[in-house]
Amino acid sequence: MNNVKESNSANISTSFSGTGFRGPWTLLKKELLRFWRVAFQTVAAPVITALLYLLIFAHVLAGHVQVYNGVPYTEFLIPGLIMMSVLQNAFANSSSSLIQSKVMGNLVFVLLTPLTHFQFFVAFLCAAIIRGLVVGLCIYLVAMWFVDIHIANPLLVFAFALLGSALLGTFGIIAGIWADRFDQMAAFQNFIIMPLSFLSGVFYSIHSLPSFWQKLSQLNPFFYMIDGFRYGFFGKGDVSPLTSLCIVGLSFLVLAMITLKMLKSGYKLRA
Amino acid sequence: MNPAIKINGIHKNFGSLHALKGIDLTIEQGEFFALLGPNGAGKSTLISILAGLIKPSSGDISVMGFDVVNQYQQARQLLGVVPQELVFDPFFNVREMLRFQAGYFGRGPENDAWVDEILEGLGLADKANTNMRKLSGGMKRRALIAQALAHKPAVIVLDEPTAGVDVELRQMLWQFIKKLNIEGHTIILTTHYLEEAEALCSRVGMMKQGEIVALDSTANLLNKFAGKKLRLTLGGVALPASLQSLLRSQDNGIFTFALSDMEQIEFVLSALRAANIKVLDMHLSEADLEDVFLSLVGKAS
Repeated sequence: MNNVKESNSANISTSFSGTGFRGPWTLLKKELLRFWRVAFQTVAAPVITALLYLLIFAHVLAGHVQVYNGVPYTEFLIPGLIMMSVLQNAFANSSSSLIQSKVMGNLVFVLLTPLTHFQFFVAFLCAAIIRGLVVGLCIYLVAMWFVDIHIANPLLVFAFALLGSALLGTFGIIAGIWADRFDQMAAFQNFIIMPLSFLSGVFYSIHSLPSFWQKLSQLNPFFYMIDGFRYGFFGKGDVSPLTSLCIVGLSFLVLAMITLKMLKSGYKLRA
Repeated sequence: MNPAIKINGIHKNFGSLHALKGIDLTIEQGEFFALLGPNGAGKSTLISILAGLIKPSSGDISVMGFDVVNQYQQARQLLGVVPQELVFDPFFNVREMLRFQAGYFGRGPENDAWVDEILEGLGLADKANTNMRKLSGGMKRRALIAQALAHKPAVIVLDEPTAGVDVELRQMLWQFIKKLNIEGHTIILTTHYLEEAEALCSRVGMMKQGEIVALDSTANLLNKFAGKKLRLTLGGVALPASLQSLLRSQDNGIFTFALSDMEQIEFVLSALRAANIKVLDMHLSEADLEDVFLSLVGKAS
């Protein structure tokens, strides 16, 4: 590091030792406050949506859909709905924060700082994970009023919730960097996130599907997140939880690497 | 002592547009420097490269000796840039934004006294707890300036800070910025208001079509390009040919001449007398930066 001479005035600091922990922590805090300030929309709304799914699907489909032996449909549905909400909200947090900041132009306040691309990534990622977990926890707590839910393996449940929200939070960062307009972001939501989450076995066990659709489902990373998460609840699932954990973990690493590369190059953020 | 800003052969191409054509510029610590130029001259592009928002096609810039690309953390820590666009974050109030902004630079609660000083200095104290969304345009502009100052940067860049701003804020802003300059902060200003640059800045750089066309102390520029301005009301007459070279503008029988010294006044008056032209009114004034600016960039732009 160059030796910078102290300026005439004693109170202007020209020395630098990094922003330390405070820089990225401030960005994380800002991102958390951003969704917490509008918690009615970012937490309460997805909880209500999940409960509506639960009430309607449980009412209509109970007894009609064959799931695991000995597991009532309503109970089967709950982990899937929780995980779907965790994933969608983790994605929504990072993607909507970035697209809003880009469209409003206030992302410049962060781009002007000494924060590294890695710190930027970690702050947005952690905020997305926390939003996903908060929404998931709220749905779980509310659902407990309606159904008696037993968790067989809490560690597995937590591991999938964490990795799943990290994966979708990262995907949200990619979408937020790539999209220039709100309609492009909506396309991401409607044509990628929604189909993948609805066709992932939230509402059914893929063993009930014709073999072609079973094979297709196995190409969907959302399937492994939902199935692994559900495995934590019931101690059984459509595939081994270890397989799911590896696939989800690997997907996260690949997306994280792509994201870091985008951020480092300044893709779409720095001309 | 490292210069506050050192710009070496900066080029920037946007596709086929050669926006910056080899800018070289050194700004010393403690200077109050004005960067002037018409729209599209490349001032904001240059500032964006300095701030790390745009990558240069070639060349390099350093802030207090730190390269803005390779040592961006150190360079940005020392730099406070007020963006030209009136942007804000609608989720937070003014004080929260300033604390966040300081926090990104690693500054915590120990910085709160400085935040209060900025709020006071920019007349934002009674708006500190108001949401950004609810501020008027002028107040938003103040908050934008405050955000750039939140980490107490050694080098402050104001990109058109007074565009569309009322007189009160302008005076308040300049008072505060002058104080910072006296305390040792380097100030770089781009503006369309030439009288501001003339009143505040000790040195001026003028840009035109991606190049620096003039760079000197404000006093030298004023002397070099036009010493005095002589405005004569003559009516509808044909000016003697010998005076054409001194003529700056002509409007409705009022002729304005740019003179390098007092002796030329006598020359103008005797030429008019010889041509039998009567002077109806006369006004003599010092040239201002606007005259310099117009003589350098005005006609082409």
